[in-house]
Amino acid sequence: MDFSIIINEYQFYLDGLWTTTWLVTLSLLLGLCIAIPAGILRCSENKFIRFPIWAFMYFFRGSPLLVQLFIIYYGAAQFEWLRESWLWEYFQEAWFCALLAFTLNTGAYTAEIVRGVISTMPKGELEAAKAYGMSQWQTLRRITLPNSLRRALPAYSNEVIFMIHGSAIAGIVTIVDITGAARVVNARYYAPFEAYLAAAGLYMCLTFSVIFAFKQWEKRYCVEQ
Amino acid sequence: MQELLNYQPVLLQGAWLTVQVALLSLLLAITLGLLGALAKTSQSRILQIIATLYTTIIRGIPDLILMLLIFFGGQMLINSLSYSINESINEYFTSYDINHEWYSYLPDYIDISPYFAGIVTIGFIFGAYMAETFRGAILSVDKGQIEAATAYGMSRSKIFIRVTFPQMMRHALPGIGNNWLVLLKTTALVSIIGLQDMVKIAGDASGSTQQPFTFYLAVAFIFLFFTAISSALLKRLEAKYSIQAR
Repeated sequence: MDFSIIINEYQFYLDGLWTTTWLVTLSLLLGLCIAIPAGILRCSENKFIRFPIWAFMYFFRGSPLLVQLFIIYYGAAQFEWLRESWLWEYFQEAWFCALLAFTLNTGAYTAEIVRGVISTMPKGELEAAKAYGMSQWQTLRRITLPNSLRRALPAYSNEVIFMIHGSAIAGIVTIVDITGAARVVNARYYAPFEAYLAAAGLYMCLTFSVIFAFKQWEKRYCVEQ
Repeated sequence: MQELLNYQPVLLQGAWLTVQVALLSLLLAITLGLLGALAKTSQSRILQIIATLYTTIIRGIPDLILMLLIFFGGQMLINSLSYSINESINEYFTSYDINHEWYSYLPDYIDISPYFAGIVTIGFIFGAYMAETFRGAILSVDKGQIEAATAYGMSRSKIFIRVTFPQMMRHALPGIGNNWLVLLKTTALVSIIGLQDMVKIAGDASGSTQQPFTFYLAVAFIFLFFTAISSALLKRLEAKYSIQAR
C-alpha cells in the first residue's frame, strides 16, 4: 500500500471534486426547475396533462441512471438530423450529456417528492387561510410553500445524496470527476486500491458535509415552527 | 428494429443474468441486513459500534466506487496477501532445508470473477440499507409480546424466531420493497466490471449495428418491465400481510 501516489496526484482529485460538485449542483438546480412544475401538473385534473408527466416520471424513476446516460451519450449519434444540427455541438460533449441525464433523472425523482407533499397538504390549514381572507397567492406564499418545504426537506436531502452517489458514473463517459480522477490515477500507477480508496474518502466527506448541512437546515425550520 | 430482433436471444440472456445477480445480492443483503439490525439492537457495545460503522461508511460511498474497489482493489489485495503468505511459508522451510524448492502453497493468482464481485458488492451495499430498515422494524414490534415470550420461558433465539421475526417482517416489507427497486437498478453497474449483463450486451450490439439508441432504450424498457412487475407483486404482498394484521 503506497499512499504517496495520492499525495503526488492530489491535483487530479481536487479537479475531480470540483467537477463533481458543479455537475451535481447544476443538475439539482435545473432538476428542481423541472420538478416543481412537473410535480404540480402531475396532480392536475386533466388526463392529457397528467399522463405525459406520469410517463416521464415513470421512465426516469424506473430505469437505471447509467442506462439513461448511455441513451443520451451514445444514443444521440444514431440520429442523422441531430448530428447535422447545431445541437450536435453539445451532444458530443460528455459533460453536456451527463448534465442532461442527471437533470432529467433528479427532476423526475424530485417531482415525485413535490407530488407527495402537495397531495398530503393538510386541508385544515388551507381552509383556515381562506377563512382569514388570504388571497390564493398569499396562501401559497405563507402557508403552502413553507409547510411543503418543511415536509419535503428530509426526502430531498436523500435525493441530493443519491445524486452525489449517482454522479459517480460520469467517470465512465470520460468526464474527470472524482471517479474519473481515480480511474486516471489507477491507469497510471496500477494502484486500484489506493486510487479508489481516496475517491471513496472524498465522496464520504462530500456526503457527510451535505447531510450535516441539511440537518442544520431542518433544525432551523423546526425552531421556526 | 430488425437488428433488435436479431439480438433478442442474447439480450434476453443478459436480462436473465441481471435477474440472477439482483436476486442473489438481495439474498445476501437481507442476510447482512438482519445481522446488522440484530447487532444494532443488541446489548453488546462492540457489536453496536461495528454495525453502525458498517451502515454509516457504506451509505457514504457511491456504489460504483465500492464495486471498483472490491473488484480491482480486492483482487490485488488478495493476490499480494497470498503471495506474501507463500513467501513466508517458503522462507520457513528454507531455513530448515537449504535445498527446499519454492512452491506455491496458495495459488499465486486468484481471479475474482466479476459475477462474484458484483453480487458481493451489491449485497454488501444493500445490506447496510436493509439493516436500517430491519432495525426500525424490530423496534416497532410490541415490547409486551417479547415480555410475554420471556415469561413463557422461551430462549432468546426462540423469541426471535417465533415472535420478533414474523412480526417485524410485516413492518419491514415496504422498506424491503423500496430497497429491492433501487437494487434492481444498481445491477446495471455490473456491466462496468465486465459482466455480460444486458447493458454490456446492448453496448456490444450497438457497436456492431451503429444503433446505440435503439439498444439502450430497449434495455431501459426491460428494466421498466422488471420494476413494474416488482411493484405489482409488492403491492399484493403488502395487501396480503396487512389484512392478516387485524
